[in-house]
Amino acid sequence: MEKTYYPKAWLMVLPVVAIVSFSAIVPLMTVINYSVQDIFGPENRYFVGMEWFREILGDPEIRGAFQRQFLFSFAVLAIEIPLGIAIALCMPRKGPWVSVVLILLALPLLVPWNVVGTIWQMFARPDIGLLGIGINGLGIDYNFTGNSIDAWVTVLAMDVWHWTSLAVLLCYAGLQAIPDAYYQAARIDGASRWAVFRYIELPKMRGVLMIAILLRFMDSFKIFAEPFVLTGGGPGDSTTFLSQYLTTMAVGQFDLGPAAAFSIIYFLVILLVSYVFYQVINNLGKGVS
Amino acid sequence: MAKIELRNLAHSYGGNPSGPQDYALRRMDHVWEDGGAYALLGPSGCGKTTLLNIISGLVQPSEGEVVFDGQQVNTLPTERRNVAQVFQFPVLYDTMSVYDNLAFPLRNRGVSEDRIRERVEEIAAMLDLGDVLKRRAVNLGADAKQKISVGRGLVRSDVAAVLFDEPLTVIDPHLKWRLRRKLKEIHERLQLTLVYVTHDQTEALTFADRIVVMSEGEVVQLGTPQELFERPAHTFVGYFIGSPGMNFLDCGLDGDAAVVDGHRIPLSEEVLEAARQAEGRLEIGIRPEFLELTEDSGGVPAEVEFVEDRGTHRLIKTRVGDNELFVKLRDDQPLPAERARLRFPPEWTLLYANSRLVR
Repeated sequence: MEKTYYPKAWLMVLPVVAIVSFSAIVPLMTVINYSVQDIFGPENRYFVGMEWFREILGDPEIRGAFQRQFLFSFAVLAIEIPLGIAIALCMPRKGPWVSVVLILLALPLLVPWNVVGTIWQMFARPDIGLLGIGINGLGIDYNFTGNSIDAWVTVLAMDVWHWTSLAVLLCYAGLQAIPDAYYQAARIDGASRWAVFRYIELPKMRGVLMIAILLRFMDSFKIFAEPFVLTGGGPGDSTTFLSQYLTTMAVGQFDLGPAAAFSIIYFLVILLVSYVFYQVINNLGKGVS
Repeated sequence: MAKIELRNLAHSYGGNPSGPQDYALRRMDHVWEDGGAYALLGPSGCGKTTLLNIISGLVQPSEGEVVFDGQQVNTLPTERRNVAQVFQFPVLYDTMSVYDNLAFPLRNRGVSEDRIRERVEEIAAMLDLGDVLKRRAVNLGADAKQKISVGRGLVRSDVAAVLFDEPLTVIDPHLKWRLRRKLKEIHERLQLTLVYVTHDQTEALTFADRIVVMSEGEVVQLGTPQELFERPAHTFVGYFIGSPGMNFLDCGLDGDAAVVDGHRIPLSEEVLEAARQAEGRLEIGIRPEFLELTEDSGGVPAEVEFVEDRGTHRLIKTRVGDNELFVKLRDDQPLPAERARLRFPPEWTLLYANSRLVR
């Protein structure tokens, strides 16, 4: 078939090209540009090739931060997704309680990150915070500013408090979309509660679970404000996550080159892991040809 | 095998019904014979699905009893009743193969794998699903999916009744016919009691031995297709069955005839006998198939409004006073001019009092 060329068609795509350029391509190119140069001043910069990438990948502190970050994100997923499913399953399907429960669940999602950090900072303080005093009152020695395990548990608890609702709301929407006939058919087929979950509810939630997992992975991998306000990354560097390192490097020390290389690696890791999640979930249960 | 009895059955979704308008299902008393093929026919919202769900146990009736083979099953949960139900849209377990879908009801009941294989293969062969047993059910066409839903109902050897809730809604027209044949074939082979809900009269008439016509929560007639056609017990049945439906004309009675718009229409002895007890609003009803055109001066004069060629027959719309009347004319009969005379054969002219057949 002969192709017709119509040069003015470019005008049609121009707005999109312009918007995408400013929103993504130009900022990304700037970062790539910085990542291969050593910049002392506007007129004073040298091309260094892959030097910064080598430095970042070889830095034991950053490697440590990556390990911490993965551990944190997987802990978040391991807690929030099953908990979200469980809460969604317990929620009423209809009636006046639905809106009450939905509003209660949505509340944490409305609180800004810094405020969440501040709330928990006070809530968990062993001297004046309700939680801190309570735990110590039970005879458990708890101090999130002094003990790294306590700090970790507190950061995780804070994230679970802040974001489990998102998983709940998504799962709830997924469950609500299942037609009654499926439950009725399952009753006629004599399916147990577990079988209903395993063969109807879980497969039908696949789509929303994928969204929940991807969103919670990406967000938790990028976490910054909450632990920064709560623990400041401490004690030591036990709760210093990647964003905090990056911010210190770029804004605190003004090491633009290494920070740019760091940013690109950070971005690619999120992209790669998200892609893997997407593929795995999408192909789950397709074992039978 | 099951004989299904509905004793004084009624259902209201709201609770505390204050009058007939609060009932989704009005009081009914019926016996559905073992091994019969029944169609529940009626417009949307007439209570068909409610009745079906009460029989399968998905809904608890607020009044009366459901009895299977003499045993009251009101309190028996769905999974313990030996009925299977097929829904409007195919219900499949997405992650399972066709085989596992069919095996699911048996596995839930702890049947041994050997026995399961035997049953699944038998049912799959019956439904022509043998070739796709290993495939994932979700990837199949709508008709195959619905066959799997049917198969899950039939696979249990203890199933005595299969309930269908408009199962052919999502099936292509040319496959509908085949699937309906298949259901009929299975019915003949397994001698199960089949209850088939539909709002499509063709489907009901071709599928069932006996048809239960429902309107506004009430069973208005239970009978064979022929009975519904020839002797509708209620004007609703007359309207609903047939295309177009029965003609109804307001009338009075005078001696041995009904009087419509000043014209006398003679009635049969049988109808006249029964008419003596009739009270309320009177109508005569006659099927377009039974109305005849006549040259005789005793015929009722009518204006011809239009003629429609329907291929096998011609449909003529006529007017007598304020009443519209449809007449079905065979292709070989001569067409009337603008005016015609109608003959109402007494054996096919029925009398209705307050919408109910006078008999």
